[in-house]
Parts: sequence; C-alpha cells; structure tokens
Amino acid sequence: MAVHLNNDSIIHAVSTAAGSQTTASVDNYGMLNVIVSADDIISVVKELKENQGFIFLTDLCAAHYPERKNTEFEVVYHLHNLVTNHRVRLRVQLSEQKVSVPTLVDLYPGANWMERETFDFYGVNFEGHPNLKRILNMDDMDYHPLRKQYALEDETRDDKNNTFFGR
Amino acid sequence: MVKIGDAPEGIEGQGFFATSLDKAIGLARANSLWPLPFATSCCGIEFMATMGANYDLARFGSERLAFTPRQTDLLMVMGTIAKKMAPVLKQVYDQMAEPKWVLSVGACACSGGIFDTYSVLQGIDRIIPVDVYVPGCPPRPEQIIDGLMRIQDLAKNESLRRRNSDEYMKMLESYNIETTEK
Repeated sequence: MAVHLNNDSIIHAVSTAAGSQTTASVDNYGMLNVIVSADDIISVVKELKENQGFIFLTDLCAAHYPERKNTEFEVVYHLHNLVTNHRVRLRVQLSEQKVSVPTLVDLYPGANWMERETFDFYGVNFEGHPNLKRILNMDDMDYHPLRKQYALEDETRDDKNNTFFGR
Repeated sequence: MVKIGDAPEGIEGQGFFATSLDKAIGLARANSLWPLPFATSCCGIEFMATMGANYDLARFGSERLAFTPRQTDLLMVMGTIAKKMAPVLKQVYDQMAEPKWVLSVGACACSGGIFDTYSVLQGIDRIIPVDVYVPGCPPRPEQIIDGLMRIQDLAKNESLRRRNSDEYMKMLESYNIETTEK
C-alpha cells in the first residue's frame, strides 16, 4: 500500500490500471474525480481496493443527463480509504444505447443492493450481478422513474386539472 | 356519573323499554369502536396526541386499540401510503371482520397529498372503501375526533342488513375484495 497517498499518486495508480484514457479533475470541494471507461472500471477499482487501500465503497449511484449526446448516463462510484481518509469519485459515462457496466459485487459485496437500487431507478444494467431486480419500487413497475424522460407525478391521476394548478 | 350514550328512541313504560334491535346494536357498536391505528407518518403523531390525556379518545369508547385486524372494527389510516405498502393495507382491511369502518386521516391517506409521485398511492380509496375522510396536513386532534364522531354516527344509524345487501357486495367487488358469505 502506498504510504503517502495524494491525488497525484491516486491518478497515477488509476491511469496505470486503466487500459484506456482517464480524465482526472478536482472538484470545488477538493474531491478527486476520475472519469473512467466502462471497460476499465473493474481493473481500476481492483487496483484502488487492493493496492491503494480504498476498502470502502461509500456509494454507488447514477445520473441522467438527457442533453449530453452519447454520454447520457453516468454511473458514479465513491471510494474511501479509511486509513488515510482519502476519498475518490469514479465516474463512468455511458451512452443511452448501452447503459451497461460490469458489476462490483465480486469486489464489494455491499455493491449488491446499491446496484439493484441504481438499476431500479435508472435502468443501468450491471453485467454479472447475481440478482439484478427492483429493490425499492413495486416489482410490476415498467419503467425507471428517475430517468428524466418520465414525469415525476403519478400518471394515473386524472383529477389534476392544469387550470387549477397554473400549468 | 359519566354518560356515554343517549338512549335511542323507543317506548318506555314502568319497568320496560322497547326499541328496535338496529338501534340497540348501533348504540353498542358506536360507543365501543375498537380502532386499528395504521399510522405511517406525521398524522400518526397527531393521532398519538388524540389518544393522550389531553384529547382522550377514550371518552368516545375508543381507547381499546389493537394491532390485530381480526379484533378491530375501525381501520384508521393515518399517513402516506406508498404503493408498495398498498397490498399490506388491503390485507389488513381484508382480515378485519364485518362490520368494519375505515377512517382516512390526513391529505396523504385521502388523496396522496403533496406526494403526487410515482411511488405513492394517490388516496387509499383506490384500494379499500373509505367511510369518512379527515382533511388536513396533518389534521389537529379535534379534527380526528370529529372524524371518529362521524364514524360513530354511521355505526349508530346503520341498518343491520346493510352488510348483506347486494349494494354492499357490489361495492366490495368493485374493490376486488372477496365476498364469501351472503
């Protein structure tokens, strides 16, 4: 494990582990962001977990940017090194044609439910996930509600007249 | 002496009192409603105040709460019902024995309230029949008591045959609730 962990050493470790191009930046709050391709995410996370001490997967979620062509979806991983208190945010950008990334369940068992939640709300396919089904919404729901192409309101309501709601 | 209920209309004489069975039973039912509190959010907190010493729902004969649907006759739904909770609520209603009443407390239980969203049931009357709606977000304990008193009125004046009527059966069937005996 690297004794002196800093942003440069993390970026170096990530770009070495990744087969293709990575883009690193530091956000306004001082947190390191690295954009990684979907093909590299397993090797990058493996390197960070096994050699850089990022043993904790804080969060895993997605975001939808309908206006961005070819990178409409983003899957975001937050990793934490509990010993040195370093955090890193990995982002995988995906096209809406193929909203699919490999699963992290083999590395972090805790990713299981987070990936199910992300699948539930954004329809991200986690390849190799042992049980990829809805976790929070009704099983019979036929869409992924946090994608911005769907109305947030309950669409079964017919008593909400636009004239009464100023729309 | 605490007076719980007024005697129904009837013929009174020396040593006897005659009234109809409907009214005698209605009086008993109305003044000993056993509520099942189905409290999921802030309306449930108001309900706790309603049950407490200040407002004291026991004055209306409803202090005997139970979380066992088979022994209760008033389902009080207080709070947001998520769509995922809906089958549970329906099962609770199914398991209650007739006669049973439903009191829907608060904007969320009545109509979904501010939660006009994909995950929230837009009013419990989409899955079970409701007798009395109490508006408010959340309603004050006085309003919940008023709702309970309206339920008492219904119980007091209900015909003993109502629950066996075709109309009632049809109403239950419209909610896809099984009607076994007639």
